Amino acid sequence: MTAALRAQGRTGRDESSASARLLIGGAAIGLCVAIFLSLSIGATGITLASLPRVLSAMFTGRYEADVAREQLVLIDIRLPRMLLGMFVGASLAVAGAMMQGMFRNPLADPGLIGVSSGAALAAVATIALGNSLAAPWIKTFGAYALPMAAFVGGIATTMILVSIVSRQGQMAVSTLLLAGVALAALNGALMGLIAYSSDDRELRDLTLWMLGSLSGASWPKVFAIIPFALLVALVLPRLIRGLNGLLLGEAEAFHLGIDVERTKRAIVLVTSAAVGAAVAVSGILGFVGIVVPHLVRLLAGPDHRIVLPASALMGATLVLAADILARMLLRPAELPLGVVMAILGAPVFLHMVVKRGMAGG
Amino acid sequence: MLQARDVTYTVNGNTLVAGVDMEVRPGRVLALIGPNGAGKSTLLRILAGELKPTCGTVSLDARELASFTAAELARQRAVVPQASVLTFPFTVLEVAMLGISVPGFDAAPAQVKATALEALGAVGLHDLASRLYVHLSGGERQRVHIARALSQLSAPSYHPGKTRCFLLDEPTSSLDLAHQSLVLAAIRRQARSGAAIVAVFHDLNLAAALADELVLLEKGRIMAAGPPSEVLRDDLLSAAYGCRVLTNRTPGEGKPFVLPPAIFQASAPSGISDERITATQYPCH
Repeated sequence: MTAALRAQGRTGRDESSASARLLIGGAAIGLCVAIFLSLSIGATGITLASLPRVLSAMFTGRYEADVAREQLVLIDIRLPRMLLGMFVGASLAVAGAMMQGMFRNPLADPGLIGVSSGAALAAVATIALGNSLAAPWIKTFGAYALPMAAFVGGIATTMILVSIVSRQGQMAVSTLLLAGVALAALNGALMGLIAYSSDDRELRDLTLWMLGSLSGASWPKVFAIIPFALLVALVLPRLIRGLNGLLLGEAEAFHLGIDVERTKRAIVLVTSAAVGAAVAVSGILGFVGIVVPHLVRLLAGPDHRIVLPASALMGATLVLAADILARMLLRPAELPLGVVMAILGAPVFLHMVVKRGMAGG
Repeated sequence: MLQARDVTYTVNGNTLVAGVDMEVRPGRVLALIGPNGAGKSTLLRILAGELKPTCGTVSLDARELASFTAAELARQRAVVPQASVLTFPFTVLEVAMLGISVPGFDAAPAQVKATALEALGAVGLHDLASRLYVHLSGGERQRVHIARALSQLSAPSYHPGKTRCFLLDEPTSSLDLAHQSLVLAAIRRQARSGAAIVAVFHDLNLAAALADELVLLEKGRIMAAGPPSEVLRDDLLSAAYGCRVLTNRTPGEGKPFVLPPAIFQASAPSGISDERITATQYPCH
């Protein structure tokens, strides 16, 4: 496959539709495998073989010995974890693809340019200040308080970033990355401040959460992200044409009949919803948003009609696979998912940076 | 008809375009010429609807440009900008097909591809259709963007009664001689098929060869406007460009042409020569 990638990189692509179909088909199969493994593998040794028994017990209401435990593991632990993993992976990958399109820069990533940390800061503040300053917020939004806070944090960071970067007319690559790094550092420092004032137990929770993990998955969390997932799924198809036009530049997009400001606002809204909800349930997971769209573009070109659905499928697959590794490598202990993602993603990212440097880009 | 009435554009206290009146009728080619910083590109961007004039109005078919939505405008006019940066791995064909992605065109995929391939053929890029844009030379990239605009202009759902506009900012700046003539021919074909064309040119000779009318801009104002033979005059050009400019006529058609001052200054080291350089010495077609 590497040879094929290299050949495509050098010469070009003939028919994007054939490779696109292949890619989406392959990613869908990959996701099915990941779903199967995610439900089958775990520290308890319970596999999907127990599923028929659990289902019949749930329908008939007659529980034999062990079935209750199997139901707990399969239905209440692994199933929501699998659903959240899929959502987080798809959201982060799609958000990355959209940010890269909007900033016309393949290195833009919600994690890298501070959007994730903005969402995380708001969420951490909500957790740590839950009994004091953030109490009215939690009272108002209930189960949605955390994803809403993360959403607002993400949107605020994205808007600050857009205003800094667009001030110079053309969105300069270096300005974007430097401003993003500075915002991420600021958000990190504020989170550190909150962590500093927390007690030992809170500190451990916050640290684990900042490293990224799906270990706290539950059905309420799944329900809490449904509105965000719906918003993203509804708005996304309307942004495809705008994103394709924006890849040429803002003026060119306007020449092609795209309402640039409206499209950018919608992209900011959707990315913030996607990243905010993902961060709220899993903490900060880096590299999904950068590695997945990059691979998709390498295989099937930058057309967002392909990039967005393929990134969603591959992002979901990647996070499920990484989560399986996180659960299995040090079984029965669990590695933070963010650590596994970084170990998988950082080398790919470095490879991209080196390739870019050599190409003079 | 594309029409500008008393258009002024001021940014940060600098007036880049001042009191410009001009119009382009369907089938006509107007070239904007003038020294660097004269406001040619700014005026083109105003005509494209990209910049809103500080004062004055631009109208297309008697309707003010500001009242068009981006999509409505894109269905009536195509723009080739001076320089485009594209870092994503689009193929040449994919970039050309973006021209037909305008909301409201909604052509069948086969038709989109055929239109884009035809446009690529018009600028001599048919063989490079599957190449990656990022691997092309500067001149090839420029032609890809021209092809993209050409496919936008030849998209199927143009309303017959409406003026199509084709706006180009230095479309030949990176092209060799053969491709210059290819692109000029493509622009002329668009004019013959009824498009109103405005193009910015630095090369006065190309401008004179292509355009029905030249508009000479200097410091944002129109210094002269009219057919090439009236605008390409020694006194006007010398004043606009701030250096001694000599014009001449091509043999046969008698079209005006201009040589860069350095050429005749080099041949007259004692000072600026007033002697005309004859067309036989420097044949130029």
